[in-house]
Amino acid sequence: MSTAAVTDKRPSTLRGASLPKWSPWAIAGGSIVLAVAIGLIGGLHSKVEWGLIAAVLFLLGTYGVATMVEGRRQAKDRIATSLVWVAFLLAVIPLVSLIWVTVSRGVKVLNVYFLTHSMGVVADSEPGGGIYHAIIGSLEQVGLATVIGAPIGILTAIYLVEYGRGKLAKAVTFFVDVMTGIPSIVAGLFILSLMLIFQMQPFGFAGSLALAILMMPVVVRSTEEMLKLVPNELREASLALGVPKWRTILKVVLPTSIGGITTGVMLAIARIAGETAPVLLLVFGNPFINNNPFEGAQASLPLFIFQQYQQSAGASAAYDRAWAASLTLIAFVMILNLVARGIARWKAPKTGR
Amino acid sequence: MAKRIDVSGLTAYYGSHKAIEDISMTVEPRSVTAFIGPSGCGKSTFLRTLNRMHEVTPGGRVEGKVLLDDEDLYGAGIDPVSVRREVGMVFQRPNPFPTMSIFDNVAAGLRLNGKYRKNELNDIVEKSLKGANLWNEVKDRLNKPGSGLSGGQQQRLCIARAIAVEPNVLLMDEPCSALDPISTLAIEDLIGELKERFTIVIVTHNMQQAARVSDRTAFFNLSAVGQPGRLIEIDDTERIFSNPSVQATEDYISGRFG
Repeated sequence: MSTAAVTDKRPSTLRGASLPKWSPWAIAGGSIVLAVAIGLIGGLHSKVEWGLIAAVLFLLGTYGVATMVEGRRQAKDRIATSLVWVAFLLAVIPLVSLIWVTVSRGVKVLNVYFLTHSMGVVADSEPGGGIYHAIIGSLEQVGLATVIGAPIGILTAIYLVEYGRGKLAKAVTFFVDVMTGIPSIVAGLFILSLMLIFQMQPFGFAGSLALAILMMPVVVRSTEEMLKLVPNELREASLALGVPKWRTILKVVLPTSIGGITTGVMLAIARIAGETAPVLLLVFGNPFINNNPFEGAQASLPLFIFQQYQQSAGASAAYDRAWAASLTLIAFVMILNLVARGIARWKAPKTGR
Repeated sequence: MAKRIDVSGLTAYYGSHKAIEDISMTVEPRSVTAFIGPSGCGKSTFLRTLNRMHEVTPGGRVEGKVLLDDEDLYGAGIDPVSVRREVGMVFQRPNPFPTMSIFDNVAAGLRLNGKYRKNELNDIVEKSLKGANLWNEVKDRLNKPGSGLSGGQQQRLCIARAIAVEPNVLLMDEPCSALDPISTLAIEDLIGELKERFTIVIVTHNMQQAARVSDRTAFFNLSAVGQPGRLIEIDDTERIFSNPSVQATEDYISGRFG
């Protein structure tokens, strides 16, 4: 009994003082208030400055308070956590504000009429018109680019992972790396030089070729990583059953990684869907509906946005159309991403019982 | 069905590194031959040379002869794919195909080789699963993914997959090392049944297992790290474990190794 009482009074070596759960919120609130005060007193006009001051105060405050109450090790832990949160907020704020601005400005003219009509009889400074021609152009150019770029990219990746040995594989890897760094305007100029040699006028398919060049390295890289994730044991198991190598790749390796490969292709499509420079050079832009990507100038969504902004000379109707087209483009890319995620989840190797 | 394997003067390399040197032995049909020996002595490498899986490893190459009923597996014009259809293999870690159901896993060998008739497939899958003592456990969930089974069940699924293509020889590379004692027992029993139909070669680190399941045992050793592995002796399992003719074998078996 007496020994127990003595033990009880001795401080535990396992339990230390700790801040209450609400302390991060309190510190955050305090630093925001303090930052606003500093901003008002110091006469700082930029809200960005206020926010940065608040972030710094929050980090310093967390460290100071935690050091006093909990000790240095916990303070370091807390400051790491706080840094992650601050970085997260810094990354999210521009993203959310971008979406907010695009949506709020874009919905003004975005309706069924806008999506199903072209700019054929509407001057850039007048209200009305739509982006049907640009949507058709984008879908055709990006679609054709995918039809060219994705198979070549996937097959290259299969070569690199499954067959590639020695100098050729190293050279291919090197050139894929180089291609990843090609600025889109350079890809456009490359195709443009060919067009000039053959004395051709701008047409949609030329844009597709440039987009395919931009797409290929992205597809190769992502597919390569996905194929490397397939355990070698599966390949050996299939080979040991007397299955030829090409069938092993087709029936075991690819199905196992198809979810990831699809995601990679979709992300590559999303990347090229927003390309403006090569389209500007090669497809030129066209206010009329042109369904034939192999002849005559076409429009495309990013190009439409650029041209509405540039050629409208301050007409608000053109700005509205540009914002609405941006919103359409963002929605298009987001739908692609959602589809990719859906396919990845649907095709992922199942683990259920 | 079962065929005899005759190995003579077999040497295998990984690039310039010689992994095993000058191995000669005969594996009798309808029997279990166990390979024992310390890690790195080339048991698995040797096993993989018996169905030409060794050359799948980059830089892997082989010298010497492996006769499967008088036909040299490394002779001119021999297709390694055909060899692997005759000599099946079960790996150390269970590796069912994750995208396939239990049924598809067993049918994989036939389907991927494109040699099957639709109405036969059900019978073959059932026969193979029964052969692997797995039928009763999975018959109600053949459409469920194979990766949902327990480790021991997965390994038996892999055995079912290997025997579904009706090979002549079954190679097993430490098939029980990732399993618990009960699953191990199930697989050992299975090996006893399978030897009625197949020639079985098993690599194991478990000497009791070698003593329990095998008819003949081969002891491999290497003289030093970095040296190629060699076959020390091969004899009836009983003799190897009671009265081996080489001192190194007795030292290894009795634990007085090194």
